[in-house]
Amino acid sequence: MTKMNINSEQSRIALLFLSPALLSIFVFFFIPVIAAFIISFTDFDIYSLGDYSNITFIGFKNYIRLFNDELFWVSLKNTFLFVVMAGPLSIAVSLSAAILLNSKIVKLKSLFRLSYFIPVVTTLVAVAIVWRFIYHPKFGIINYVLGLIGISPIDWLGDPNWAMPAIVLMAVWKNFGYNMIIFLAGLQNIPTHLYEAAEIEGANSFQQFKSITLPMLAPTTLFVGLITMIGFFQLFAEPYIMTQGGPLNSTISIVHYMYQEGFRWWNMGYSASIAFILFFIIFIGTLIQFKLKKNHTI
Amino acid sequence: MKRIFIHIFLIITSIITLSPFVWMISASFMADGHANVYPPRFFPDEFTLVQYESLFSRLNVSVNFFNSLLLSLTVTVVSLLFNSLAGYAFAKFKFRMKDKLFNFLLSSMIIPAQVTMLPLFLMLKSMGLINTYFAIIIPGLANIFGIFLIRQYAISIPDSLIESAKIDGATDFQIYRRIILPLCMPILITLALFTFMGTWNDFMWPLIALTDNSLYTLPVALANLMLEHTKDPELMMAGSVITILPVLIVFLFLQRYYISGIMTGSIKE
Repeated sequence: MTKMNINSEQSRIALLFLSPALLSIFVFFFIPVIAAFIISFTDFDIYSLGDYSNITFIGFKNYIRLFNDELFWVSLKNTFLFVVMAGPLSIAVSLSAAILLNSKIVKLKSLFRLSYFIPVVTTLVAVAIVWRFIYHPKFGIINYVLGLIGISPIDWLGDPNWAMPAIVLMAVWKNFGYNMIIFLAGLQNIPTHLYEAAEIEGANSFQQFKSITLPMLAPTTLFVGLITMIGFFQLFAEPYIMTQGGPLNSTISIVHYMYQEGFRWWNMGYSASIAFILFFIIFIGTLIQFKLKKNHTI
Repeated sequence: MKRIFIHIFLIITSIITLSPFVWMISASFMADGHANVYPPRFFPDEFTLVQYESLFSRLNVSVNFFNSLLLSLTVTVVSLLFNSLAGYAFAKFKFRMKDKLFNFLLSSMIIPAQVTMLPLFLMLKSMGLINTYFAIIIPGLANIFGIFLIRQYAISIPDSLIESAKIDGATDFQIYRRIILPLCMPILITLALFTFMGTWNDFMWPLIALTDNSLYTLPVALANLMLEHTKDPELMMAGSVITILPVLIVFLFLQRYYISGIMTGSIKE
């Protein structure tokens, strides 16, 4: 057999192995992505659901309507607010936890790691329900603890100013363990001789953190930042369960709005355009993060 | 001194992190109204199973439990098969456009799943599959992250093993079954764990694709229950315990695989 023949034979078998997975991904992922893009340029609504001949192409009208839709801007603002608050906070908490757990003097590391990590694996809907009661203005634990140090009760989920911070707090609690594990792996890859050399030159621990830990962790931080951002932009279950988007729409998110338009009111065309704005934002966010990486790593 | 301080800090923050679960469990064993008190109680004054009884008898949550279990197991088994076949092909076969195809798949992972949900709903509706188990199973047949995970692992299997099996006359499928799958066992367990827990915990797609209470998975049933029982923390906590407990137990037994999977997933990309 010539080399050419072996390769084509291999290609044939490879195709056999690939086709179940690739076919399902193609049909149930890529085709829907393309279809959603097309639908976003139509007036697909509840009448089209019964009879597809009612659909007409309306060009950019859905996107133009979005631009003038106050509730869309509110959902956009809320989602950005959530990402900007929860993202950095989550990264800071998980990095601190990782650095603490990475320290040589800590005993029972795996036990602490486990307790920080448990919220990650639990069902989001269930913990959102738990937190709804924890935030209860009269009987909740949080207001009770705050009361002990003299802070008067806060109506966490009922006050438009506090509802989003409350969701942020819960989301950080739920997610920081995941990033902590990735940071721990990153920290263990930093060669110890760097710290030993710094020690000899008399650098204190803060200087070591600034000039060794942070730069060496830059690729890890980029990755963590990226997955955290992508995940947080898709905020849905927390407001759906805890606030239903309220009070006064202060916690309605892009995905929540997309869900309402698409699956409550069956404005599929409009909803698809919201979904694509979400995709666009995540795409731009990813580009920015990679740009940052290029500028930082030498 | 520093050592003691760090440990005290770790203990306190661990307790804070776990306290929602402690309260959840204890409130689930309280009688109606006993969790709506000030100051909040961390332990039931009298222990009762009445909330669990009403969940299983009156509210028929066992059906939802069964749905969650059946769907999570089915998706796990099928996707494990599909992903491992593809992951092996990407790791060990030579074919045209392999790297291009693989990188294309990887980069498409930034497309949020919500984009696909509207057309997927229409597609499955026209096939008559909305509000059936298939509506959950079909979109989970294969996934890119799973293929990636298995490929990363299988790539380190020495080619010589495969070559010598070929010389012994093994077919490609036999090599996959007898050599690749056993050697990939750790990553298969990891991926099974990810898929099982991901399907169990998933909320938005089941909320859209299932409209019948008898088909709801636990998270959807729980969210629905919440609408009628906003003032019954004891009942809702029992529901949360039932939802969380299975994934928590599975995780506690196999946590080593879960943790190493996160680390494999964070390499490259």
